[in-house]
Amino acid sequence: MSDQAQLLPGTLDLLILRAVSLGPLHGYGILLRIGQISGNALLIEQGALYPGLFRLVRQGLLKASWGTSENNRRAKFYELTAPGRKRLREETESWNRLATAIGSALAPQPEEI
Amino acid sequence: MNFPAWIRSVAAKFFHHSEVAEEVDDELRSHIQFRADDLERAGLNRAEAERRARIEFGGYERFREESHEAMGGNFIETLLLDVRFSLRMLRKSPGFTLVAVFTLALAIGANAVVFSIMNALILRPLNVPKAQTLYAIQRGSDQAINHSFPDYVDLRDRNRSFEDLVAYNVTGAALDTGNNASSVWLLEATGNYFDALGIQPYLGRFFHRSDEHGPDSAPYIVLTYAYWHSHFQDDRNVVGRIVQLNKHPFTILGVAPHEFKGTLLFLAPDFWVPIVNQEQVEGLNVLNERGNRGILMVMGHLKPGVAPAQAVADLNSIGSYLEKAYPKDDGNMTFSLTRPGLAGDWLGGPMREFLTGLMLLAGLILLAACANLGSLFAARAADRSREIALRLALGSSRSRILRQVFTEAVLISIVGGVVGLAGSIVLLRGLSAWRPFSTVAPNMTVPVNPDTNVYLVALLLALASGLLFGAVPVRQILRTNPYEVVRSGLSGRVGRRITVRDLLLVTQISICAVLVTSSMVAVRGLVRSLRSNFGFEPRNAMLAGASLSTAGYSGDSVPAMQKRLIDTVRTIPGVKAVGSIDRPPLYFGANTAIVFTDKTADLRPSNAAAEAMMYNISPGYFEAARTALLAGRDFTWHDDENAPHVAVVNREFAARIFGSMTNAVGGYYKRRDGTRIQVVGVAEDGKYASVTEAQQPAVFLPTMQSPYVRGTHMTDSTLVVRSDRDPQQVAAAIKSTLSDLDPGMPVTIQMWAKQLNDSALFASRVATLALGVLGLMGAVLSITGIFGMAAYSVSKRLRELGIRVALGAQRREVLQAALGRAVKLLAIGSAAGLLLGLLATKVLAFIVYQATPRDPLVLAGVVLAMALLGLVATWIPAQRALSVDPMMLLREE
Repeated sequence: MSDQAQLLPGTLDLLILRAVSLGPLHGYGILLRIGQISGNALLIEQGALYPGLFRLVRQGLLKASWGTSENNRRAKFYELTAPGRKRLREETESWNRLATAIGSALAPQPEEI
Repeated sequence: MNFPAWIRSVAAKFFHHSEVAEEVDDELRSHIQFRADDLERAGLNRAEAERRARIEFGGYERFREESHEAMGGNFIETLLLDVRFSLRMLRKSPGFTLVAVFTLALAIGANAVVFSIMNALILRPLNVPKAQTLYAIQRGSDQAINHSFPDYVDLRDRNRSFEDLVAYNVTGAALDTGNNASSVWLLEATGNYFDALGIQPYLGRFFHRSDEHGPDSAPYIVLTYAYWHSHFQDDRNVVGRIVQLNKHPFTILGVAPHEFKGTLLFLAPDFWVPIVNQEQVEGLNVLNERGNRGILMVMGHLKPGVAPAQAVADLNSIGSYLEKAYPKDDGNMTFSLTRPGLAGDWLGGPMREFLTGLMLLAGLILLAACANLGSLFAARAADRSREIALRLALGSSRSRILRQVFTEAVLISIVGGVVGLAGSIVLLRGLSAWRPFSTVAPNMTVPVNPDTNVYLVALLLALASGLLFGAVPVRQILRTNPYEVVRSGLSGRVGRRITVRDLLLVTQISICAVLVTSSMVAVRGLVRSLRSNFGFEPRNAMLAGASLSTAGYSGDSVPAMQKRLIDTVRTIPGVKAVGSIDRPPLYFGANTAIVFTDKTADLRPSNAAAEAMMYNISPGYFEAARTALLAGRDFTWHDDENAPHVAVVNREFAARIFGSMTNAVGGYYKRRDGTRIQVVGVAEDGKYASVTEAQQPAVFLPTMQSPYVRGTHMTDSTLVVRSDRDPQQVAAAIKSTLSDLDPGMPVTIQMWAKQLNDSALFASRVATLALGVLGLMGAVLSITGIFGMAAYSVSKRLRELGIRVALGAQRREVLQAALGRAVKLLAIGSAAGLLLGLLATKVLAFIVYQATPRDPLVLAGVVLAMALLGLVATWIPAQRALSVDPMMLLREE
């Protein structure tokens, strides 16, 4: 587990939006999906997911409804709303810009060689 | 952010808070179940899987709380939780709760009472439409509220600033509704009174300006609702009825609405009559005398858009015209505006000053209470540091704990505020029903019923003080280090923690010492003023008031009747001396007259030598009043209208006009009309209009030479009767003798000393009472403060004390260890408070006669009082410290 990366502040929301963008999921499902799409490289404290979920619901980016899971447990399912989809697009773009910028800044420069 | 979604979320939280809480729980639990399912599938047994799932989930409580916060609107939910928790905590320590609530209730109650009085008498306008633009006119540099009627007419007709001006007067009379004459208070008002104020009748009609057609042309009465209710039993047929007012027929026109109780806050009249009928009501008509300033008040609404300063300029230009047109009568005609309810700044000024001072002291009480509660809360937080540390260790946030502490403080403040307010309402109801001058003026009231303003201010004060004393332990909580406290307990930090509380205690004690000092200064002042020399001796003397005008005497028959009254009363056994005076000194002000030196030729007011107090007395008055004659002679019955005009002046008059007493006797001065008056005697100085006045010149005139001068309202002449017999018997004898003389003449008899208490000394008495109560409250608060501190420090150090005793400490040493600090703080606080209090009492000197802080008795009294308070407050803790049994304590640990 020690090779898992700590989440940067603020990135959990983005990951949640991304996880849900592929279809409605309950909380535990979101956690699994994040693990799956990130290749289990990120360390997320399980409980910390929920304050983030409620915050996104409050902001109107997600909507939630109670349903039944595949193994017949009652669970609350989350899906993206239209503003949520828009936010995901914007955040992804800006994240990519940031990542590119930082990546190129940290890449070995010609004069260093 | 999506606002509607947020609103929905908040609303859902608000209306279904427990449902939402359950939902969050459901969801978190379902997550753990999902995880446990997965772990079970991976090969763990169910119990182990669930345990692992819970561990992996992390701090359940913390995430639940954070989820609530993330959903928004959980403020209310947390608040309810906090309230419930606080109530439980408070119920667990009833002693603490009771003391805290009581302390705050005391302080809030005091503030509510004082503010309510201030609100009713100063802040709240008269109950008339558009009261904000209603002003009364004051005249001259001494801001006199009274005017002469011709001046009023000029002001009314020449000004461009007021919509209309009305004038009115307060007077007493006798009303006969068919069976028996009773004395009443009424307002004589100009015809436009009701129309200008915008009042509509409840029943019948009011009188109008069109009803006035010269003297005695409008014999009409408009009843107040209260008088109609109490004396006419709500009889709607009263309109048109004819009653006898001072034996003249008057027609009842109508009844005023319930909420309109006249235009003076402290005097509710029984009815109104048109002022043109003054002669019938008062026995004389001064409406044509420009020099006679017998109209109590002139007031009116400013025109829309006219500022008070503009109106003053307008009035002043009329004033300078009047000075030029009537130089004999009108001088010093500058004007200012004031609120009409308190009869101008004459009464309103000192009242405002006194109430502001009182409000300050009440604020100090509240501050002292806050300091007291703050140290209680700090002590409580110190006692609870183990609990707080435990909660911090379990993952609760500091802000959450602070919030809960504040909830507790605010809860106490609200309960304390409500209790205090309830107490003050009871007190104020009593005060409003109180008739302070029931013997002389039954219509005088203290209308101080609280209103919404008062409730609001009291609750705001309570809340603010809750936040204030709740803030005291904040630093302590923020600094709590959970590991340290849980590991080593509290004992290590006691010495350090006390400093903040020390400061609070010193503050509180010095505030209390200020209050104790002020109240002592006030009490001393009152005692001294009761013993001071008024220029007459009220003890063993009675005042017998005989209302001659009510009995139908007027003009020349008055002096003759007075002589008969005096001669008759003198024959009563036990009566040593009798004399009459038109208005006793120190009886709600005094009549004054301007005088000129004999050499002055131009008798305009600005050339006057002095404005002297003026009394019309009969021969024998000086003897009856025990006013010493220093030179010359008393009047005789031969000083009548056929003899040369004579006067007796006081020493001050003699010194000011004649330079010395010897020059005065035989000398002359001039009256306003130019009459030369010879001084035949000099009497000792005295107090005339108020006990706090500077020494005033006074002149006594023989009553036979001043045919009729307006006297007091209820009685035209007052007999001063000195006797050496039981006052009850003498009073009864006087009453029966006088009613034998004329059965139709109302007679009132009272002890002079008592009358003085009810009138001239009333303000000092009320002030002393108020300050005494506040001083007592300060004393109670300092007892609770010192007691709390001493008891706490003894209980914290019981073990240490036990060890000291075991090692052979003497009682004195134990006491010093246990209470030395409290006593030291008490001494510092008292000294500081004493100094501040002495500075503050300079303010008191305005109200309380002879209140001087430089009084060794007061100094000694304050020191003694504070020492006694300290003794009382530390007694129980000291006993506890002395009874320490070292064996038991050591065994316990």
